[in-house]
Amino acid sequence: MIEKLETTPKDTDMPSSSSASSAVLTTNSANEVREAPSDRNSTAQTTVVDKIKVQNLNFYYGKSRALKDISLSMPPNKVTAYIGPSGCGKSTLLRTLNRMNDVIPGTRVEGLVELDGTDIYAAGTDVVSLRRQAGMVFQKSNPFPRSIFDNVAYGIKINNMTKSKSDLADRVEKSLRAAAIWDEVKDRLNQSAFGLSGGQQQRLCIARALAVEPQVVLMDEPCSALDPIATQKIEELIVELKTKYTIIIVTHNMQQAARVSDLTAFFWLGEMIEFSNTEKMFTKPDKQMTEDYITGRFG
Amino acid sequence: MTGLTAFCAVLAVSALFLILGYILVGGLRALSFSFLVNTPKPIGEPGSGIANAIVGSVIMIAVGSVIGMPIGILAGVFLSEYGSNKFGTILRFLVDTLTGTPSIVIGVFVWTAMVHPMGYFSALAGGVSLGIMMMPIVARTTEEMIKLVPHSLREAALALGAPKWRVTLGVVLRTAAGGVATGAMLAIARIAGETAPLLFTALGLNYLSTNLFQPMASLTYQIYYYAGSPYEEWHDMAWAATLVLVAMILALNILVKILTRNRHQQI
Amino acid sequence: MHKRLIEENLNQIRDKLLVMGGAAEKAIMLSMRSLEERDSSLAERVIREDDAIDGMELELDQMCVDVLVLKQPAASDLRFVVSVARTAPMVERIADHAVNVAKHALSLNDEPQIDLGLDLSKMSNAVQGMLIDGLDAFTSGDPDKARATIERDDEVDGLYDLFYSEIITRMGRDSSLVERGVQWVSVIKHLERIADYVTNICEQIIYMSRGQVIKHSVW
Repeated sequence: MIEKLETTPKDTDMPSSSSASSAVLTTNSANEVREAPSDRNSTAQTTVVDKIKVQNLNFYYGKSRALKDISLSMPPNKVTAYIGPSGCGKSTLLRTLNRMNDVIPGTRVEGLVELDGTDIYAAGTDVVSLRRQAGMVFQKSNPFPRSIFDNVAYGIKINNMTKSKSDLADRVEKSLRAAAIWDEVKDRLNQSAFGLSGGQQQRLCIARALAVEPQVVLMDEPCSALDPIATQKIEELIVELKTKYTIIIVTHNMQQAARVSDLTAFFWLGEMIEFSNTEKMFTKPDKQMTEDYITGRFG
Repeated sequence: MTGLTAFCAVLAVSALFLILGYILVGGLRALSFSFLVNTPKPIGEPGSGIANAIVGSVIMIAVGSVIGMPIGILAGVFLSEYGSNKFGTILRFLVDTLTGTPSIVIGVFVWTAMVHPMGYFSALAGGVSLGIMMMPIVARTTEEMIKLVPHSLREAALALGAPKWRVTLGVVLRTAAGGVATGAMLAIARIAGETAPLLFTALGLNYLSTNLFQPMASLTYQIYYYAGSPYEEWHDMAWAATLVLVAMILALNILVKILTRNRHQQI
Repeated sequence: MHKRLIEENLNQIRDKLLVMGGAAEKAIMLSMRSLEERDSSLAERVIREDDAIDGMELELDQMCVDVLVLKQPAASDLRFVVSVARTAPMVERIADHAVNVAKHALSLNDEPQIDLGLDLSKMSNAVQGMLIDGLDAFTSGDPDKARATIERDDEVDGLYDLFYSEIITRMGRDSSLVERGVQWVSVIKHLERIADYVTNICEQIIYMSRGQVIKHSVW
């Protein structure tokens, strides 16, 4: 349990308070039902249990602090978008959620990140299992130089999810269907993944991630290298997927965030400026900085 | 300016052509099928050959590969995947130093470490010295090939819940396998032409042998031995053996070139 | 902050709305003057110039649609464009009421004048004042001014009730006044409706600047 020891408010808009727990509240909570402070001993109930909770997160690349005191909670089966200019920390935050930043030397995490109520940075956490539960899709599609079938099967095999060949084939088909690409590849499963177009490769990568049955799908600008039609297909897929998965998407395209997400968080220079319902964020944001960014006055 | 640089380029290349020309002319004289399959006969007897030398070279290169390749590949893996710190830098420097160590020094080292305590020259020692020479070359080419594997592939595997060792062996090494193999072949081509280490370890033998625990003939040693003899007949054989050696190395290099041309489309 | 592409579009829209509003103001003023001074040429002018105002409404509508599709405005820009798209028809309706007043002026000026003992200028000044301040508040995006303007509608409503009962009383006493009296009732009704439209415009201003929707609400 990590307690915040100092209570210096960073944003001058936030009401100052001497209680550590209310530091979490002062950022905009998108969950309108939650009114009471998130004090651990409080009996105030949230009607929605958070899928991912981030509390007072600070992230360092060596000496430089890339994420400053971030607190936000992401509800299940919704799409949460992170927006902000380049270098604002949104991708860094995303990668903190499945500990992909661990592979970069010299990085340090302070604060709490919980998945389903479990601290993922606690000593002894099985990082491999965490990454199974929180899958990731990257900006540039990165299929393995193998066949389409083998790409999807890889995760299933290394996680020992099946013993029989026919079950494996079923799982691969199920994942390819879930990623809305089965019909396009069912006749060429043994061909190289590189024979697919950019948009298809990205959907293959989504299928590959879904094959290990995650609960959360983290997407880091998944459409930025794709043409508009491929982008549209993936956006439609995202809206479909949220019924079964919790999705967090980083995007630099504000219209995309407006199209696909239920909640949006705006970041600037490592701080989270605002977090609210997407509709509100784009018609009447609370903070002037958010307003300026969304209307293109800077960034 | 262009004329001057072109002239120098032609001059450099012409040296190669001269060498090849000499070898071709000198070697073709004694070259024949029987030359390749017969073992040496005493002076005066016809039908002498270098079969034992060819076999010996192959055996010792094989021994060297068995030693040098696994160690070299794994060292290369370590350097690329885990060697981005100070320790890795030092290690890399040492590997490079080993690459540049004169082959005769390696030969003397193996003599001191193996031949002298064992009390006899051996093909095994010869293989060991070739292996020691192979190691750093293979390590560095492996490292370079692995570095070519895009980081995105590693990330993709990690994000699926693969532990790092699995990513390294199953994904990275597998993807770089072609390049690593090419590097190994180049290393073989390099050491195939080494003489000095064999002088101190395997020496030579006048008949065919596959026994690792006694001296063994090798192409390079035979060339050295025949060329330094007073016999005209042996001089011719030296030329022919040189031709065979150069042909073997050339063939290996051409093979590598053919294989790498296809790979450019993959990664 | 750098100059954004959309600024030019938004400025053009704002300017056009101002011009349209000014034309509506002028129409009210001229139609009231034609009644007070019994000058029908002024009324004819109002009727003639209404076409231009209708044209401006269509232009503004198109400009707003274009900006929405081409520039995808968000937040305050979006609220501005949506507000203008809603306000332009209201201004056009205001101008139509002024035209109706002008038509009554044409008819009344042909008849002998009647004395209703009313200071109509009180009501018309109040209404014109509301329109001027309302358009002002729109340009500057001033919600406080908008709110203050909304509150003046009560005054106009009060004047309407007062004048209405006065005219009815006089018509009851002298039946020869009825045909002309009824037209005067219509005139003050149009003025009252203009004030109501100004109130709606001010509600849009509050939405535009604060994102609060206050239509249909009870004050």
